[in-house]
Amino acid sequence: MSAPAKKKRKLMFALGNEAVAEGALIAGCSFFAGYPITPSTEIMEIMAKRLPQTEDGVFLQMEDEIASMGACIGASLAGRKAMTATSGPGFSLMQEQIGYACMTETPLVLVNVMRGGASTGLPTNPGQGDVQQARWGAHGDHPIIVLSAGDVPECLTMTVTAFNFAEKYRTPVILLLDEVTAHTREKIEIPAPDEFQIFNRLVPSMPPEWYKPYEETVRGVPPMPPIGSGYRFHVTGLIHDKLGFPTSRPDEVKGLNERLFRKIDRFFHDIQLVDRYETEDCDHLVIAYGSVARSAKLAVRQARERGVKAGLLTLRTLFPFPRIHVEPLLRHCSKILVPELNMGQISREVKRVNNGRVQVRTINRVDGQIITPSQILKEIS
Amino acid sequence: MANVTQVIHKYLRHNKKFPLVFCPGCGHGIVLGSLVRSVDALNIPQDKVVVVAGIGCSGRIAAYVDFNTVHATHGRALTLATGIKMSNPELTVIAVMGDGDAFSIGGNHFIHAARRNVGVTALVLNNFIYGMTGGQCSSTTPFGAYSHTSPFGQLEKSFDIVDMARASGANGVFRESVFHAKRLDALLQKALSRPGFNLVEALTPCFTQYGRNNKFKTPVDMFSWLKKYAVPIEKYEKLENKDGYIPTGVFVEKEEPGLEARYAAMRDSLRAGKGGAA
Amino acid sequence: MTRKKKGKTKVTVYPAWCKGCGICAAFCPAKVLEMGPDGKARAVREEDCVNCGFCELHCPDFAISVEPADPEKNGKSAEDESPAEESALPAREHAGENQPG
Ligand SMILES: Cc1ncc(C[n+]2csc(CCOP(=O)(O)OP(=O)(O)O)c2C)c(N)n1
Ligand code: SF4
Ligand code: SF4
Ligand code: SF4
Ligand SMILES: [Mg+2]
Repeated sequence: MSAPAKKKRKLMFALGNEAVAEGALIAGCSFFAGYPITPSTEIMEIMAKRLPQTEDGVFLQMEDEIASMGACIGASLAGRKAMTATSGPGFSLMQEQIGYACMTETPLVLVNVMRGGASTGLPTNPGQGDVQQARWGAHGDHPIIVLSAGDVPECLTMTVTAFNFAEKYRTPVILLLDEVTAHTREKIEIPAPDEFQIFNRLVPSMPPEWYKPYEETVRGVPPMPPIGSGYRFHVTGLIHDKLGFPTSRPDEVKGLNERLFRKIDRFFHDIQLVDRYETEDCDHLVIAYGSVARSAKLAVRQARERGVKAGLLTLRTLFPFPRIHVEPLLRHCSKILVPELNMGQISREVKRVNNGRVQVRTINRVDGQIITPSQILKEIS
Repeated sequence: MANVTQVIHKYLRHNKKFPLVFCPGCGHGIVLGSLVRSVDALNIPQDKVVVVAGIGCSGRIAAYVDFNTVHATHGRALTLATGIKMSNPELTVIAVMGDGDAFSIGGNHFIHAARRNVGVTALVLNNFIYGMTGGQCSSTTPFGAYSHTSPFGQLEKSFDIVDMARASGANGVFRESVFHAKRLDALLQKALSRPGFNLVEALTPCFTQYGRNNKFKTPVDMFSWLKKYAVPIEKYEKLENKDGYIPTGVFVEKEEPGLEARYAAMRDSLRAGKGGAA
Repeated sequence: MTRKKKGKTKVTVYPAWCKGCGICAAFCPAKVLEMGPDGKARAVREEDCVNCGFCELHCPDFAISVEPADPEKNGKSAEDESPAEESALPAREHAGENQPG
């Protein structure tokens, strides 16, 4: 991802939310639609200012989050890279449209800055309560990619990654931040755009009459022409055949449902991103994500100083759950600790993968406060 | 006018199963015909036409026409249409919606799309009922009318779609019945060739779910009713007893630029360093 | 208003697409169309057709086409397609070169 093009780098003292906007622009985002909600609002305010200053950028403040998602889906169908950002209550409103985007294989990026609690909850405090909702919030069986970021530089790079995955796999990608990450101001170097590999969706190369919009391909991801480019086809949230028209023929229904999963499942090695810290020989493994991973890193360092063989696996991809990275570590660690700002949403994934092999403990903090390094250190030393 | 049937056939997707899924005498088919004829009359290339439909019997129209077609979610067609138009202002974007679609579940999107004056034509197929789900009342079901969810008569008042569009700031507001298909064609053509947000409300009979339960004996009865009661606004104004009559025709015709044009102008002026809104 | 010209058209009902709603038969000003025993519309008095175009525009299923029997001799426009609203029944305009699709 990064290369040494130092001279073009810009130093910035930025919020996590600002880094998200920066990342989106680097990734080629030219459409944003959203509805204000704490603690995500800065993202839309920056996009409101930046996008109209680009060649073809469009920013829209919509009437609600349902409309925001709808506009992003429309924009993406018209060939744009589109993003929306929200938080808890708004995320709930978006669910039906997320399912539609999955079914129609419409790439887009949705940033959800998680706040505390259910319902209106704790608007200005962090939480990680939307993790399972991100995976399962939309009705019906569907695959989806959920990423997370834990500090300001990661907010930028993971936003670029989110766009790349969305384009590559024709799927909505949800990027989860928590309030702390979004509102922490840190010094970051803004990498030059050419330091990133930017992925753009495949467009069909065959003549329009040969184009079958939902045809099986090697990767399972059919090419996607922008609306208006001469490839006329039908887009629907109904189960559809290879031409895009509704069907209830069992073989076609099965074919579509399975392809939707397969196009993601086959590429776990590409999609499941983690960061390993001192995990090679660790006995006591911490698995964390988001702002909690920062505290965990400090705790692991301190534990090592005390002679404890601690290690940290930071999850950048939450779903599909990075089993391939967790499983090998189970061979040499005897204890796993999963600290989270919820009552145990990723720990249940860890337990599922662990399948009773090693001891799994959790720290579940739901008082609107962050999990501190000392809280974690206490559990691993 | 060219051979009507031939024009229709030019734009139908022939690999789709015909006849249409609609019930016998459903007015939606006539609106479909009108839509196709209007696009043809205006010579808009098929590649540049986008039909975004909601969910309902009305939404089924999208699958039949050989344009760029998007069958969206219930009530949200206008949100997708907004995204498409703002992304590519060159396209002629038509949102085809039912009354439930556009004014019950999607009412908020409708008033905001009209207020934004985004360059989309909203074609609302008003049959006064939820057709697809089997005859429940919608926000346009008339006071006193029977439906499966108002078995003793609707106690709530209904929306007047034209009033809603006008009050929300739509650039163009039109209404016609499918009995007056040629006038519907003319209004639709007008709407499609104008800037900004334009509403065309098509009064379309649903005998199966509305008529039968409201004292109409056949689909033909419903057409006779429209023939008598859907009257041009000029005529309507002169009626002494307006009871039951529905005015049709042109209600609003403003020439304000669409949001997409305003946005492009703002972008241009920002890039030219003038820094202001359009 | 033009005078009506009868018998200049060919009225075809495509039974596979006709759903028998009866709209065409009910409103045809010249009583050209009737509902047959199979429940589908049929042209029983084609020679009386005044080429008003109503049936073709209003069949919700695109099951009727009205084409000029003699392509050269058509070309009058109808102001209003609703026949009963106007006493005179104007002929409809045709671009004669077209054949049914
Ligand atoms: C979110 C959601 N709620 C409910 C439905 C079920 N539903 C499908 S169509 C429809 C009503 C359709 O009525 P209308 O929009 O008037 O269209 P019509 O069928 O009358 O043309 C409803 C309630 C749905 N598809 N999605
Ligand atoms: S239920 Fe009503 S709206 Fe739906 S197809 Fe039948 S007649 Fe038309
Ligand atoms: S209007 Fe069409 S569908 Fe109805 S009876 Fe006549 S031909 Fe048949
Ligand atoms: S064109 Fe007019 S007169 Fe001729 S069959 Fe059709 S409705 Fe009757
Ligand atoms: Mg309806």
